Amino acid sequence: MVSDKELEAVEQIVNGVITDESLAEGDVLINCLHEIQNHFHNFVPLEAAEKVAEILKVPESSVYEVLTFYTMFSVEKRGKYVIRVCNSLPCHVTGGKEIIETLKKELGCDFSQTSKDGLFTLEETGCLGLCGVSPVIMINEEFYGNLTHDKVLDIINNIREEERG
Amino acid sequence: MRMKIQTVLVSVDSSSALRGARQFKKHIEENVKKYQLSDMVEVLETGSLGVYKDGVIVAVYPEEVFYEINSTDDAEQLVTEHFLKGRIVKDLMIDKSVIKHEKKETGKLDREERIVLKNVGVIDPGAIEEYIARDGYMALAKVLKEMKPENVIDVVKKSNIRGRGGAGFPTGMKWEFTAKADNPEKYVICNADEGEPGTFKDRLIMEGDPHSVVEAMTIAAYAVGANKGYIYIRGEYYGSIDNIRKAIKDAYEIGLLGEDIMGSGFSFDLSVRLGAGAYICGEETALIESIEGRPGRPRLKPPYPPVEGLYGKPTVVNNVETFSNIPWIINNGPEAFKALGTEGSSGTKVFTLVGNIINRGLVEVPMGTSIFDLIYKYGGGIPNGKKLKIVQTGGTAGTFMNTKKLEIGLDYDSAKEGASLGSGVILCMDEDSCAVDCAKTVMEFFAHESCGKCTPCREGTRVSVKLLDKISKGQGREEEVEQLLMIADVMEQTSFCGLGQSAAIPLRTIVQSFRDEFSDHVQKKPCNACTFVEPKKKKRSKR
Repeated sequence: MVSDKELEAVEQIVNGVITDESLAEGDVLINCLHEIQNHFHNFVPLEAAEKVAEILKVPESSVYEVLTFYTMFSVEKRGKYVIRVCNSLPCHVTGGKEIIETLKKELGCDFSQTSKDGLFTLEETGCLGLCGVSPVIMINEEFYGNLTHDKVLDIINNIREEERG
Repeated sequence: MRMKIQTVLVSVDSSSALRGARQFKKHIEENVKKYQLSDMVEVLETGSLGVYKDGVIVAVYPEEVFYEINSTDDAEQLVTEHFLKGRIVKDLMIDKSVIKHEKKETGKLDREERIVLKNVGVIDPGAIEEYIARDGYMALAKVLKEMKPENVIDVVKKSNIRGRGGAGFPTGMKWEFTAKADNPEKYVICNADEGEPGTFKDRLIMEGDPHSVVEAMTIAAYAVGANKGYIYIRGEYYGSIDNIRKAIKDAYEIGLLGEDIMGSGFSFDLSVRLGAGAYICGEETALIESIEGRPGRPRLKPPYPPVEGLYGKPTVVNNVETFSNIPWIINNGPEAFKALGTEGSSGTKVFTLVGNIINRGLVEVPMGTSIFDLIYKYGGGIPNGKKLKIVQTGGTAGTFMNTKKLEIGLDYDSAKEGASLGSGVILCMDEDSCAVDCAKTVMEFFAHESCGKCTPCREGTRVSVKLLDKISKGQGREEEVEQLLMIADVMEQTSFCGLGQSAAIPLRTIVQSFRDEFSDHVQKKPCNACTFVEPKKKKRSKR
């Protein structure tokens, strides 16, 4: 359940985006959803989506359609860290295949799944535009490049340690 | 204030930041202070220099020496040796011809001039005054004070510039159609939803020289009679989003955006819209749908956006690289632009060199530069002494080729010879790569990104992945290889939009160029790349 206080925060976010950025009617939906997703840490709860629909005066179904069409959004709770792995050819030919295997094995989950400890969600993505340092992954808003099997394990273990202590 | 004598430019962009660029910059600053050099040495941040080494690239002016910094020790050494003792640090120095290609070349390449990237890696992208100091907003002033909208369109048409996003439509014509459309409300959109695998030119332009996009969009708006504009940036490009937003804010503050720009009576509002991870939104009508707050499914064309675009109003949609050519064309004239490149393709093109290639990164060279030169002259060849086997040009939707036709010069017409220009990607794959595996990876991408609206694309991509998977596991048949070619034909001829139509190109060209290798897989000859995902084996403890 999303509390009333949280719904108020949603309202503030949406109104803020409207004042800052709106040039025409309806053009701020995706920008709003990004901010709301950040607010709730990696997902958009359905109650929040309903609130957005109400403020922007669009059908709830349209907001849901947008949330489920775009891969960066999720209506399901995701791990605290969303790991996006590039599966495009420039990463693939420079060792990306191994990186994907390593991540799946280390996290014990497949794409679009969350690790048992609830910390990581693994997602595949198209090119992230960092082919100069391929293979690359993205963890939340951070990029990691020139990856190897060992580097990936280091990154994951560092995060785990940070979370523990 | 005394002028500082030496300037250190630290290249900070999304890629170098993750190799410690900000930390090294701080360390250089601290050491400059420690050795009391603050009066002499200025440390500044700049965009990417377009070359990717393992470390962070740092440029020192006026000497014009480039260093690669790998650790804080390197950073300290740079200060104590170069600035304190005045000695060039040979160990850290990198060959500047890697960065400044033009000096090495002969003949036509001598004329190389950075148009799109002229400020990238030179100025601080966060400082509007640095952009202005390098003739920034001069083109806009010229346009607003001296030119009528139709003159602007005339100049752009005469320059012969064509869209840099991949399709290559003449920009001047696009602007003219929009200008002629009878409607008081019009829009200008910058397509910055860069998602073509292997491409990152737009990111570097936006991170390194964001004002060039803002200026060009304002010029376009004046030319076509629009008062509102959007920059649609893909959601994952955090650095670009920040820098473009800062540029817009700064431009508003000194009156280069908003009401009555430079006292001309012309007004233009500009805002950023974010993508959210959908490749299809690079298609212009899908992008328009997305700005309107809907899923990015393409619209039926015609009507094209110049007639009926955003909210049904006439709309210009151009790529980031296209826009950032415009101020240069206005300042230097269309003839100077046409003097570069080939007859049908004027100007320069930014190419990204990726995959198994030594100098990964980007170069800006005249249109018509050969694939061979891009790979060996600029790219430095293939690493680890391996042999080049497969090249894909133009992006994931571009053509695959073997190494027999590398002399083809890339421009808008080279697709006829078997090498598409597309968005300017040169992807190299060495002898360890497998054609079937590459084909599968590419088609998996398209199957994932197909929006599902039309059957040929949705099913064509899915079925080809299935067939390629079978073939890669040694379970395919010869007729299934032929079937792939048939699927490519159907997708190309019957798909609703460019995604499905162009997904056919890599599929067809890789099967045709490496037909023998597909047959080898059918005959179950062993393949290094394909054993990795062998089916139905119990979990192996370690590879």
